Amino acid sequence: MIELNQLTIKETREGLARKKFSSLELTKDCLAQIKKHNKKINAFITVCEKEALEEAKAADKTISSQSSALSHQPLLGIPIGVKDLYLTKGIKTTAGSKVLDDYLPQYSATVVERLERAGAIIIGKTNLDAWAHGSSGENSDYGATRNPWNLDYVPGGSSSGSAAALAASMCLAATGTDTGGSIRLPASFCNLVGLKPTYGRVSRYGVVAMASSIDSIGHFSRSVFDAALILNLTAGYDPHDATTPKKEVPDYTKEIGEGVKGLKIGIPSEFFGEGLDDKVKEIVEGAIKKMEELGARIIKISLPHTQYALAAYYIIQPSEVSSNLARYDGIRYGFPREKFADEAKRRIMLGTFALSTGYYEAYYLKAMKVRTLIKKDFDKAFSKVGVILAPVSPTPPFKLGEKVEDPLKMYLSDVLAVPANLAGIPGLTMPAGFINGLPIGIQFLGPQFSEELLFQVGGAYEQATDWQQRRPKL
Amino acid sequence: MRKKTKTERRNPKLTKATVAHVASLANLKLTSQEKAKFQKQLSAILEYIALLNEVKTDKVESTSQVTGQENVFRKDLVEKGLIQDEALSGTKEKHQGRFKIKAIFE
Repeated sequence: MIELNQLTIKETREGLARKKFSSLELTKDCLAQIKKHNKKINAFITVCEKEALEEAKAADKTISSQSSALSHQPLLGIPIGVKDLYLTKGIKTTAGSKVLDDYLPQYSATVVERLERAGAIIIGKTNLDAWAHGSSGENSDYGATRNPWNLDYVPGGSSSGSAAALAASMCLAATGTDTGGSIRLPASFCNLVGLKPTYGRVSRYGVVAMASSIDSIGHFSRSVFDAALILNLTAGYDPHDATTPKKEVPDYTKEIGEGVKGLKIGIPSEFFGEGLDDKVKEIVEGAIKKMEELGARIIKISLPHTQYALAAYYIIQPSEVSSNLARYDGIRYGFPREKFADEAKRRIMLGTFALSTGYYEAYYLKAMKVRTLIKKDFDKAFSKVGVILAPVSPTPPFKLGEKVEDPLKMYLSDVLAVPANLAGIPGLTMPAGFINGLPIGIQFLGPQFSEELLFQVGGAYEQATDWQQRRPKL
Repeated sequence: MRKKTKTERRNPKLTKATVAHVASLANLKLTSQEKAKFQKQLSAILEYIALLNEVKTDKVESTSQVTGQENVFRKDLVEKGLIQDEALSGTKEKHQGRFKIKAIFE
C-alpha cells in the first residue's frame, strides 16, 4: 500500500472527502518521516509539529461537519513545506542566514496567507541557500541539504529544502522562489514537478527580496494537476505588490488532459551546445521524441543571445541583491552585517561595484539592454511556436563540495535556467529520466502568462511517462 | 604609460584597494584574508561578465519592467499597519518605545 505522505494532493483530497483517512493521520505520517530522516537530509530549518497537529485536527473537524469544506478550501488538511524565505507570522523566518537567526515576522507573505486561507497546514520552514543565493543548497548557514536520491549529492538550490522535503515524502507540496533557476534546478535534481510562474503572476509581498526585477514565486509538487491547483490559489493581483497585474486568473487545471496534437514545440539549438552532458542530452532528446509521438510538431528554433544570459544575470541580480540586502542593519530586527556569510558578501560587493560611480552604464545598464535582446529572442520564437522544450541543467546532479570553492563554476549550473528569468516567462520542470540513479528534468517554457498552456503540455507529457511515480529509497 | 586597451577601459582590473573601497561602501567589514580571496573570486566573475562587451547595444532600450507594467497607482487610503509594540518586537535595543541606534554623528 502506498503511504499517505506519498500521495498527490489530488489523491489526498479524494481520500479525505471519502473519509478513507484523516488529515491527522496524514500529518502524523509526514511528521514521522521528518523525524526519521531530517537529521541526514536537513530539509527543514523549523518544524511546526504542535501547530500542524492542531491544524490537522481542526481540518478533520471541519471536513466531518461540512461535506463541502474541501471544495471551498482546496488544500484543507494538506501539509506543505514553506521555503524559509517566505515570512510566516510568529514562525521563525531565517532566509537561511544567521543574520535573521531569531527573526519572528509580524506578518505573513501574501502567498502564505492565501495558502492558509485555502486550508493548507504549514508543517515547517525549509532550508535554502542563504538569501536564496546558490544552486546547490550548500550556501545555507544552517548546513547543506542532501539529495534524497543519493545523500552524497546536492538537491539543487536555492530552494533545496523544499525539493528535498517533498522528494523525501515529508510534505505533499512545497513553496519555492526562482530568480535564476532556484525552483527548476532542484525540481530537476529531485524528480519533481516545479513551476516558475511569469514574473508578477504571483505576489512577492512578504517574500525576502533577492533581485526584485526577476524574483518569481512558485512551487514544487508531485503532479502537474497539483501545480495548477496551487497556482489557482497563489496567482493574481495583490495591492501590496505593484508588479502583479489585474489579470484574470483562469482555472489552471482546466486544460490538463487536452493533449498536444498539432502544437508546435520549439527546440532552441543554443541550449544543446557545448557543455551539455551527453547523457542529459539523450534524456532531453527522448522527451522530444515522446512529445512528437503525442502529436506535437517539433520545430528547430534559435535564441541567439542565450550565451549572454548568465553574464547579464550576474550583473543584474547582484546589483539588485546589494540594494535589497542594504536594509539589513540589525537595528529593527535580526543581527548586524558581520553575520553575512561569504556568498552574500560576494554578491553584495559585486553589485555595489557594478552600481558604483562610473560603472553603472558599463555594467547594470549594459546588462539591462542585453536583457531586452534576450526577451526579444523569446518573443520572436513564440511567434513561431507555442512552447519551448529544453534541458534545465547542463549536467546531472553534482556531489556536495564539488563546486563550493569556485563560485563561477557554481553560477554556471544555472546557465540554461536564467534566460527565462530575464525574459519574465514561465517555466515548468518535469521529471524526464535518471542517470546512475539520479533524476534529470526538462523544462517547458512559454510566453508570459501562458501557464495554462504549460500545464496542458506538461500534463500530456506526464500522462505518457511514469518518471514521477518513482520515489527515492531512504 | 601604456595605453589601455578597450577591454581594460570597460572592465578595469579589480584591485585589493577597490575591494576594500566597495566593502566599505556596502558596510561590510572584511579581514585582509577575505579581501584577497574576494579579489580573486570577483575578478574571475568580472572576467566572465566581460563577455557582454561582444554584444552591440547602442540602439537597444533597457528592460527594467519585463511584463510592461507602468505607472501603477493605488488609492491613497490609510491601511492598518503594525502597532508600536509589534514594530518594536524584533529589536534588541529599544528606549521608551523607540528603536535605539548607535550615534551617527560623533
